[in-house]
Amino acid sequence: MSLGRFLLRRFIMLVVSLLVASFVIFGAVYLAPGNPVSALTGGRSVSAEALQVLTERYHLNDPFIVQYGRWLGNALQGDLGISITNRADVSTLIATRIPTTAGLVLYASLLVLAVGVGMGVLGGLRRGAVDMTTVIVSAVSAAIPAFVAAIVLILVFAVDLGWFPAYGNGSGFLDSIWHLTLPAIALAISALAIVARVTRAAIREEVGKEHVQTAVSRGIPRRQIIRKHVMRNAAIPITTVSGVTIASLIAVAAVVEIAFSLNGLGSYLVQSAQSKDLAVVQGISLLLVTAFVVVNTLVDLLYATLDPRIALGSRAL
Amino acid sequence: MSATAAAVPATVERARRRTLLGSIGVVGWICLAVIVLVFVIALIGPYIAPYDPTQSDLSLSYVGPDGGHVLGYDAQGRDVLSRLLVGARSSMSGPLAVVLLSMFAGTLLAVTAAWRRGLTDAGISAGLDIAFAFPGILLAILAAAVFGASLVAATLAIAIAYTPYVARVLRGAALKERSLLYVSALEVQGASALSICGRHLVPNMLPLIVAQATIMFGWAMVDLAAVSYLGLGVQPPDPNWGVMISENQAGILQGYPLPALTASLCIVVVVVAFNVLGERLYEAAQHQ
Repeated sequence: MSLGRFLLRRFIMLVVSLLVASFVIFGAVYLAPGNPVSALTGGRSVSAEALQVLTERYHLNDPFIVQYGRWLGNALQGDLGISITNRADVSTLIATRIPTTAGLVLYASLLVLAVGVGMGVLGGLRRGAVDMTTVIVSAVSAAIPAFVAAIVLILVFAVDLGWFPAYGNGSGFLDSIWHLTLPAIALAISALAIVARVTRAAIREEVGKEHVQTAVSRGIPRRQIIRKHVMRNAAIPITTVSGVTIASLIAVAAVVEIAFSLNGLGSYLVQSAQSKDLAVVQGISLLLVTAFVVVNTLVDLLYATLDPRIALGSRAL
Repeated sequence: MSATAAAVPATVERARRRTLLGSIGVVGWICLAVIVLVFVIALIGPYIAPYDPTQSDLSLSYVGPDGGHVLGYDAQGRDVLSRLLVGARSSMSGPLAVVLLSMFAGTLLAVTAAWRRGLTDAGISAGLDIAFAFPGILLAILAAAVFGASLVAATLAIAIAYTPYVARVLRGAALKERSLLYVSALEVQGASALSICGRHLVPNMLPLIVAQATIMFGWAMVDLAAVSYLGLGVQPPDPNWGVMISENQAGILQGYPLPALTASLCIVVVVVAFNVLGERLYEAAQHQ
């Protein structure tokens, strides 16, 4: 398979994934108990005229597939419908909340990459106490769910020490970063542990390989061996696991946003699910799934650039 | 003679089981003991709880431990220990159902893909790639929005989201097993696909399946507790560890973290036990 065909294949998969996902998101509402009107009104009883208006506005008498096509077409143009509870444009409501979630996930991703990979490299290259510490720290923090990390961080750093705010978004750039620090740590903690463990294992494996031993015996400087022989090969599994765990942060962000009362996409999604504001649920789900799938595709492409065998040959198992 | 013939596979089976459990080490056994203990509590929790887990007395809100109440009271003045003990059931049964459902569906897909190969395999693999588009928590939130918040909806959603992960891991193992000589030997003897898969292929993959299920349980525990924490899983006043954390989060800001922290500790201990045991089992399965 040539690189061009690989890219094409990956692109087609991306489009098909998004189509199927959007179909599931839209179709789920039709599986809901009751008729679509009661789903649209959140179960509230409405007058006959309102029913007529709703049926016409949402084209509820059209066949399902036509409705889906219209919804998807509008969504692609940025029109996600009207929120039942806020009586406002879903796209506008969502847009104001994107920066918080994007900032949170980005901040957490930086932590995962810097601390997770850093810890893994340290543990992989050094032996003894340093290695033991990284192994124990990563084993424990891998098992800490984001919401548990959140309440412990709030307890220690917000309530007891008073270093960081316990909730809210903050205003202005620096204040926002200040407010996002504890949430980002809570979101990153189990992901960075996973990245640290895979990084350590990958480096250990490369260090033990014959070509590295040969380089050592030929007297090539240690720095150069680590950079050119160890890191370069270890980068392949490290990239994959970092990318996949970072993509998974997109969904978990909802939990952290609720824990810290952040006004982001995830917390809005959860509130809308509770109030059955389905247009908002569909809109945010579509956005988050798209982000998730796009990040995963980018990881695959990066993986293929790091390891040309992937694009050329069959997929590695 | 027939007795010896029957005895040989039985011995092999026993030996295999012994190596699987024998190689998990002391730490593995401790984890196994913790897991068994928590399952026992999940079964008998309601009978050993000292108080009614839903009986509240607001005048006792966030009152610390005293004589009969070892862990004190929660936000609504309910006995924390009783809520933890009774809540073990919904906290453990959800992940158990997720693991059983996703392992069953995942194994079925993996073995079918590996057995038929060709187009079937390509179709199943492509389907799995697409199914990866939905993170578990997101699917659970969507399910709660559409069907209403409940443990059943969350469990089904997360089981569906986990199935592609299970299937992808097991497909590799099934393909490898499928290519072994004994499978062709059985095929030549005229054994049916169902009998070869059911009696030989899947049993031979069992160490990997058990390891995978153990690791999955930890993930499912975290995700389901998160969904209940969000208010979209187990509904208050039913006791559940995830629900307890959200109910008592205000206590942290008020300087009384005990109820939220004990529920968190329960979740973390169970997840650590499953993670560590799962890794040991995985290593043991790889060595076989």
